[in-house]
Amino acid sequence: MDDRAGQWDYDLLVIGGGSGGLACAKEAAQLGRKVAVVDYVEPSPRGTRWGLGGTCVNVGCIPKKLMHQAALLGGLIRDAPHYGWEVAQPVPHDWRKMAEAVQNHVKSLNWGHRVQLHDRKVKYFNVKAGFVDEHTVRGVAKGGKEILLSADHIVIATGGRPRYPAHIEGALEYGITSDDIFWLKESPGKTLVVGASYVALECAGFLTGIGLDTTVMMRSIPLRGFDQQMSSLVTEHMASHGTRFLRGCTPSQVRRLPDGQLQVTWEDHTTGKEGTGTFNTVLWAVGRVPDTRSLNLEKAGVDTSPSTQKILVDSREATSVPHIYAIGDVVEGRPELTPTAVMAGRLLAQRLFGGSSDLMDYDKVPTTVFTPLEYGCVGLSEEEAVARHGQERVEVYHAHYKPLEFTVPGRDASQCYVKMVCLREPPQLVLGLHFLGPNAGEVTQGFALGIKCGASYVQVMQTVGIHPTCSEEVVKLRISKRSGLDPTVTGCG
Amino acid sequence: KSSKSPKSPGPGKAGDAPNRRPGHVRGARVASPPERRARLASPGPSSSSEAREELRRRLLGLIERGGVVIFSKSYCPHSTRVKELFSSLGAECYVLELDQVDDGAKIQEVLLEITNQKTVPNIFVNKVHVGGCDQTFQAYQSGLLQKLLHEDSAYDYDLIVIGGGSGGLSCAKEAAILGKKVMVLDFVVPSPQGTSWGLGGTCVNVGCVPKKLMHQAALLGQALHDSRKFGWEYNQQVTHNWETMTKAIQNHIRSLNFGYGLSLREKAVAYVNSYGEFVEHHKIKATNKKGQETYYTAAQFVIATGERPRYLGIQGDKEYCITSDDLFSLPYCPGKTLVVGASYVALECAGFLAGFGLDVTVMVRSILLRGFDQEMAEKVGSYMEQHGVRFLWKFIPVMVQQLEKGSPGKLKVLAKSTEGTETIEEVYNTVLLAIGRDSCTRKIGLEKIGVKINEKSGKIPVNDVEQTSVPYVYAVGDILEGKPELTPVAIQSGKLLARRLFGASLEKIYHTLFWPLEWTVAGRENNTCYAKIICNKFDHDRVIGFHILGPNAGEVTQGFAAAMKCGLTKQLLDDTIGIHPTCGEVFTTLEITKSSGLDITQKGC
Repeated sequence: MDDRAGQWDYDLLVIGGGSGGLACAKEAAQLGRKVAVVDYVEPSPRGTRWGLGGTCVNVGCIPKKLMHQAALLGGLIRDAPHYGWEVAQPVPHDWRKMAEAVQNHVKSLNWGHRVQLHDRKVKYFNVKAGFVDEHTVRGVAKGGKEILLSADHIVIATGGRPRYPAHIEGALEYGITSDDIFWLKESPGKTLVVGASYVALECAGFLTGIGLDTTVMMRSIPLRGFDQQMSSLVTEHMASHGTRFLRGCTPSQVRRLPDGQLQVTWEDHTTGKEGTGTFNTVLWAVGRVPDTRSLNLEKAGVDTSPSTQKILVDSREATSVPHIYAIGDVVEGRPELTPTAVMAGRLLAQRLFGGSSDLMDYDKVPTTVFTPLEYGCVGLSEEEAVARHGQERVEVYHAHYKPLEFTVPGRDASQCYVKMVCLREPPQLVLGLHFLGPNAGEVTQGFALGIKCGASYVQVMQTVGIHPTCSEEVVKLRISKRSGLDPTVTGCG
Repeated sequence: KSSKSPKSPGPGKAGDAPNRRPGHVRGARVASPPERRARLASPGPSSSSEAREELRRRLLGLIERGGVVIFSKSYCPHSTRVKELFSSLGAECYVLELDQVDDGAKIQEVLLEITNQKTVPNIFVNKVHVGGCDQTFQAYQSGLLQKLLHEDSAYDYDLIVIGGGSGGLSCAKEAAILGKKVMVLDFVVPSPQGTSWGLGGTCVNVGCVPKKLMHQAALLGQALHDSRKFGWEYNQQVTHNWETMTKAIQNHIRSLNFGYGLSLREKAVAYVNSYGEFVEHHKIKATNKKGQETYYTAAQFVIATGERPRYLGIQGDKEYCITSDDLFSLPYCPGKTLVVGASYVALECAGFLAGFGLDVTVMVRSILLRGFDQEMAEKVGSYMEQHGVRFLWKFIPVMVQQLEKGSPGKLKVLAKSTEGTETIEEVYNTVLLAIGRDSCTRKIGLEKIGVKINEKSGKIPVNDVEQTSVPYVYAVGDILEGKPELTPVAIQSGKLLARRLFGASLEKIYHTLFWPLEWTVAGRENNTCYAKIICNKFDHDRVIGFHILGPNAGEVTQGFAAAMKCGLTKQLLDDTIGIHPTCGEVFTTLEITKSSGLDITQKGC
């Protein structure tokens, strides 16, 4: 037992002011505890920095979805004449105007977070934190001023930052990442996106959608870990809407040409040849690394995974040091999603200070990839279901459908597809739901609940459809893959 | 689609008979209905004489269907011999094992009344009571049984469906897939303004489909407005062209009409574009556009004639007003429009017309969206008001007068207050009536064969297998009495229902306002979109009502409806991870109860 027990500055100190950290801090304050949050944004290699709120608000979900919306509006503008709106085409897009509007909204959220902390009497320090010992953290402000903060409980919620492929010549000097793209003042122009993660595809999707020449370079498969049939439909749709794909390729060098353009050299592993191209911008989206370097975790004795450097925790989010916890993207084996971090943070505060014993349930977490054609999913992919239960015990119901809104402007709906992965044995428990189409997030959320409630195929089929929507296709899934019948939906009812 | 199946009371048990529904036995030589201890009649009607009457109707319905019907007991060796006999003759049988249904004993009593025979097996062939095991074998040896079996097609069709809308078509196609000979009669009586349309009924032609497309067109107007804030650049004033839109929508509808016709042909369903009217039992008169009459007979009928918009019955209404039957194919822009009514049809039409930039007024007699949660209804109304729709509360039109002909012309509307003597007069280009819909049941000869309708509403009362008072006549869709029309699921889970079931004090209501992310940059109003759930405190906070006002409400609601079917509780909502950033995720973080009176405006993310 530490002899300073009971004399800490704070009951709870949260390191990292992102979604998870803020949720945890606010909940603890609500429960009457003395709480502090330290947050510091290390500028990206390009010098981009931002305010309170973490990745989601500043360089993640929020600006991403707003730029996705800008791209969707481009599609709607092209639809509009078919619906009688007289708009001369083509309509050009102004990056500066969009970026400024998006950034203004983000800044208003930064301010909102500050106000919320203040309202709940959570002390906020804009300092870079490192452990001194297992109850004490040293904070260093921008000007170099230091402060020591001690707390009974400490929560690490520092999240992650984009990975740079440091081994590639020119990568760090000339490339940008998702930390920068949303804060660019000028249009990125012709862009090469390297990577096949959802970040890569989402960025490439909205860049294409606002009219930029965009290429995605991927080493192997898109959206690893997601259902692969859905993933290939996602990229197929992107390709048919103007995104170029360089598959089986890895970049080897980035050079700046005299005219300021970037020349990228890559290896094509299928042909064995070398390729080159020039771009205005190279965006790395090759994964994220946990932000643990400057924390001096070894001073507190917090263990990390040797391979990923992520922090190891138990089901109560406790690290190897019992009163130090970790939540969100910085933790080994957790989904890198805002709502999971938020819920984990709140539940942790309730366990620490509210007498609760509820643990965070990381099973059946729904999510949506905001590619131009959105992909919503919850539960198991078809591959995972087959791996766990065997081909013979899994039934997959599926349909190709056409959103009603697509008909009038004659939009191609080849990739609009929904599939439900079930156990084959009655009543056919639903294992996973995968939806590709407009508003996939809105469609998936409710079904995620149904699946959480243990929905069976039979129960979903007993639900009355809402007509005419895309989500009603889910409650009308009658054709199993096993039957081999054509899953194309024709007409209503 | 399983409209003719007896309802089964609960989950199946291992080792029971094959999983097959009794209504669908073609193609199987011997089918044992149903798979578990079902009952033929639901335990519904309270008095025993009613129940007996109901059971009798069901049995007659079974027998009237024709083919071989065997009332049997699974352990009875005589029954087995008879089943084997029919099987060897290649005849399909409908077998009801009386020892495997809950009301077997009662069925036997009713069979005694009908046939004077209490024992099993009790056999019918093409509606003729053959008798028991011995009589059947005698008939077989004399060749009479074979003769009876081949008198299969005493009628032209197994099934005639009157009405080619959503309900009628799906029923016809399903019956055809099961090997039945089916006809669909569909005839659109032109509206008083002369509008008519193709196969597919209300939904496709003058309902959900064109409605949602015009709604989408109006949303695009908003999207265009938003898009400048998102960096899209154009300076011209954007105007809306009604003709371009209507033409595109009508083209899509025609392709759907064609698709329906094609799918009927593919399934070998006979489609006749004629008006159907019963003339005697099992017989219908079909009158085509030219007035030519043809007669058809069928073993069974399904009435699926749907509803048509109601008129006010005031001077000038049928001459000068239009309804939703006319609006979607109107060849000219309606201009300044008065929408009369407060149904969802009225508000949807008013909403998209205003979205095109038209001057729109809604005249409301009493309340908006009767039957829906009234708090949500009021919010819908005030949103529309903020977006340029004018409401005239507590007025009803008394006269419509044409001032000028034209496309559109000019109409003077005189209206009076429902509360006093005040009258108002105003000139519009178009008057759209959306005051309700009437069932098309009064001019199809139902009285000739004794199908009962509710004289007041025109709706057809049916039992829980959609059977009318005449055993071989069924009804589906909007014309059913006391069954929900295909309106949003919200209607099933509204506050009114909750109140009726549990009383207001047992509810706990969680709610919040929210600001869709897409609206932020576009600078659209905050604290307009609203989410609300109603929980039953005494049933583990089970969610009994779900309401959302905001973009993509249909897409959001569908999944939650499925979850409510699975017994959704507040706890499960709280345990579910949100999908970020969406509108749907607000339901996973609802914290504020209505009774707390706390502020529900949203800040931050």
